[in-house]
Amino acid sequence: MQEIHASQVRPPFYRDERVLGIFSQLLVVIIVVGLGLFFYSNMITGLREKHNVAISFSFLGQAAGFDIGESLIEYSRERTYLRAFVVGLLNTFQVAFLGIIFATALGIVIGVMRLSTNFLVSRIASIYIDIFRNIPLLVLLIFWAQAVFLKLPRVAEAIILPGPIFLSNRGVAIPWGIPTDSWGTFLLVLGAGIVLGAVVSYLLREQGKRTGRMPLITLWFLLTVAAVGLVGWIVLPQPVTLDQPFLEGFNTKGGKILSQQFMALLSGLIIYTAAFIAEVVRAGIQSVSKGQREAATSLGLNPAQTLRLIIFPQALRVIIPPLTSQYLNLTKNSSLAIAIGYPDLFAVAGNTILNQTGREIEMFTMIMGTYLSLSLLTSLLMNIYNRRIRLVER
Amino acid sequence: MTTAAGTPSDRSVLPATERYTVLGWLRRNLFSDLLNSLLTIVALAFVFFIARLLLRWAFVNAEWGVIPANFNLIMRGQYPAVEAWRLWLIIYLLGAVVGVMWRLISGQFSGAARVLIAIPFVLMLIPFFSMGTRLNLLITAVASGVGYAIAGYLPIQRRGRAAAYLLLAYLLVMLILLRGVGAEEGPMPPVQPILWGGLLLSLLLAFFGITLSFPLGVLLALGRQSKLPAIRVISVVYIEFIRGVPLISLLFMGQVMLQLFLPDGFPLVDRVLRALVAITLFSAAYTAENVRGGLQSISRGQYEAAQALGLSTYQSTMHIILPQALRAVIPVLVGQFISLFKDTTLVALVGIFDLLGIARTIIANPDWLGTQPEVFAFIAVLFWIFSYSMSYASRRIEQRLGVGER
Repeated sequence: MQEIHASQVRPPFYRDERVLGIFSQLLVVIIVVGLGLFFYSNMITGLREKHNVAISFSFLGQAAGFDIGESLIEYSRERTYLRAFVVGLLNTFQVAFLGIIFATALGIVIGVMRLSTNFLVSRIASIYIDIFRNIPLLVLLIFWAQAVFLKLPRVAEAIILPGPIFLSNRGVAIPWGIPTDSWGTFLLVLGAGIVLGAVVSYLLREQGKRTGRMPLITLWFLLTVAAVGLVGWIVLPQPVTLDQPFLEGFNTKGGKILSQQFMALLSGLIIYTAAFIAEVVRAGIQSVSKGQREAATSLGLNPAQTLRLIIFPQALRVIIPPLTSQYLNLTKNSSLAIAIGYPDLFAVAGNTILNQTGREIEMFTMIMGTYLSLSLLTSLLMNIYNRRIRLVER
Repeated sequence: MTTAAGTPSDRSVLPATERYTVLGWLRRNLFSDLLNSLLTIVALAFVFFIARLLLRWAFVNAEWGVIPANFNLIMRGQYPAVEAWRLWLIIYLLGAVVGVMWRLISGQFSGAARVLIAIPFVLMLIPFFSMGTRLNLLITAVASGVGYAIAGYLPIQRRGRAAAYLLLAYLLVMLILLRGVGAEEGPMPPVQPILWGGLLLSLLLAFFGITLSFPLGVLLALGRQSKLPAIRVISVVYIEFIRGVPLISLLFMGQVMLQLFLPDGFPLVDRVLRALVAITLFSAAYTAENVRGGLQSISRGQYEAAQALGLSTYQSTMHIILPQALRAVIPVLVGQFISLFKDTTLVALVGIFDLLGIARTIIANPDWLGTQPEVFAFIAVLFWIFSYSMSYASRRIEQRLGVGER
């Protein structure tokens, strides 16, 4: 009998996986490239024939000619479009940064409440989560802007909270520090404190490696910085003076005024995102198996040590990736600011500048490029972090 | 199984079930120690405060008159009132289709079926509905009962396939009824999609967004896992690009730039359709990432076993890999669909009158100045009901399929 090896019998080329693979790739590439070229040529001819313009970013140097409600850097209508774009970008950063901090705090509180053994407390948390995860963010934002902050009393009848904080339909006035001449020196002292703290934690870590007993390094770092900062605060002639808002006529004076739009956007984002973060936190804590806690107890660790050394590090591994994607979501969701009139990146660039200049392609390239680089940067950092904390398996 | 080992004898003692008296339950869950009691008291005070605030507003201060007065607008937007019978016909048919599908797929009249059949009757209780509306709801309920009864007599072999065809046929009929055919003076004059609005449009956008983005997302997920480098790169670039930008920028781009990409003289694409394209392309990238999670959860052994059995790549994907992968990610996918449904509100920002867009026109109406809290609370509740039922249904399906148990 003649033996036939499988390797000797070649299938016909149309059933050969390798040929099929190359063929299907070619097909997909041709389709994608073809579509891209088709759209691109349509766009170029359309632009040339209808609008008689070519793609160029030179308009960014022209004067913007419009005002922006609030800005972190100095801006006026004589400044360039590029400057306006940066103002929007900084406003986005501002709201995203504050939103992330407060949403994380609220989310952790609610996530932990959800796991409480107290029936009432865990019920309140789960109702909160069920309500806000199932309502569209945009509805929530517009609700806050139009049904809450717009309905606040006039300035003369403002609601006054201790602080003093004035709530009125013009926004929220809070006390704010005004830096004095010695502020710069104080910052230098604080910087020195951070350097000193880093040195202290390095020494402690080395000592820990030698003795095998790791001290609470982060705590010591913070204590060092705080101590140096306190010394600087006492020695220097008052680096910051407190400026409290007060009523004067039909307006509040002094302090810092957070606009109604800013407050509505910020509170909407916080309340919405916190519901999602709470679920992330809960899932993370629940992911640590019961055996871990029992093993720690039988090793003689006390509850605080168990939490710090066993539960928390393992929960964090589960929590961090989805938490980061929530942060990204919050940042991207801040583009809904356009619905309530807060001048963020999208509202300034995608609406005002675009309408004034008609430069669709250039503006969308810039907007999407900005958001895209932000999220790619985050996922890059995330991947590095994930590699570091990955479970080392056998 | 042999009877020798493992049959529980009658004398075996079951673990004691815990029984509490009311006081015992309170003590254990609310007042187990000092800290817990303190927490309970603070929480009670908080609940009381919030509840009083909400109830006082809802029953004393709120002016709910704005809702009945604009109810038709909220439900169907600018869809002409004379053509409303078409929408009712769609709803009757929906009732009938649900009845038939229930018989084909589930086969029994269980708890969830009772809830479904109760919906029209509960809606009939809404005080400001006219008698005509109530009659229409009754017809819907009857239609679903008739559908359920008839389906029992159908000599159908492949129930799943029959259900799929029925659904497709329903979609076609629905679109024809909505859009209309023939001349302006005919029995069913065309209604432009820009006139569709309110809840009708929100549900349509969500439904078609889901059905169109799902296959695209599965393809992209398979592409990302593919061994073929060109396909993988294209999928990765698409997914990462879309996930990196906010939906609102895609929607604006669709409105402003889509026409620019198309050849000169191409008919103007409808505004609603442009939004649907943006939503679909956006959601597909997220679906792809979710499905990829399912694909990654499948052990190599499954691929190898399929190969050893002589299945082609296509066969093993369709019959071995995808069914398992999709079942593993049902909860995540439903979560994605819920967020798509919520994201349809963004079309209100590009001049389309979905539920939120209609709400904004109502509060801009001088007759209803200052009714923002009532209108927005109402549509928030509407959105909530739909999203919450979706997530509830997904939890039930998950239990039935035994995800995470097998």
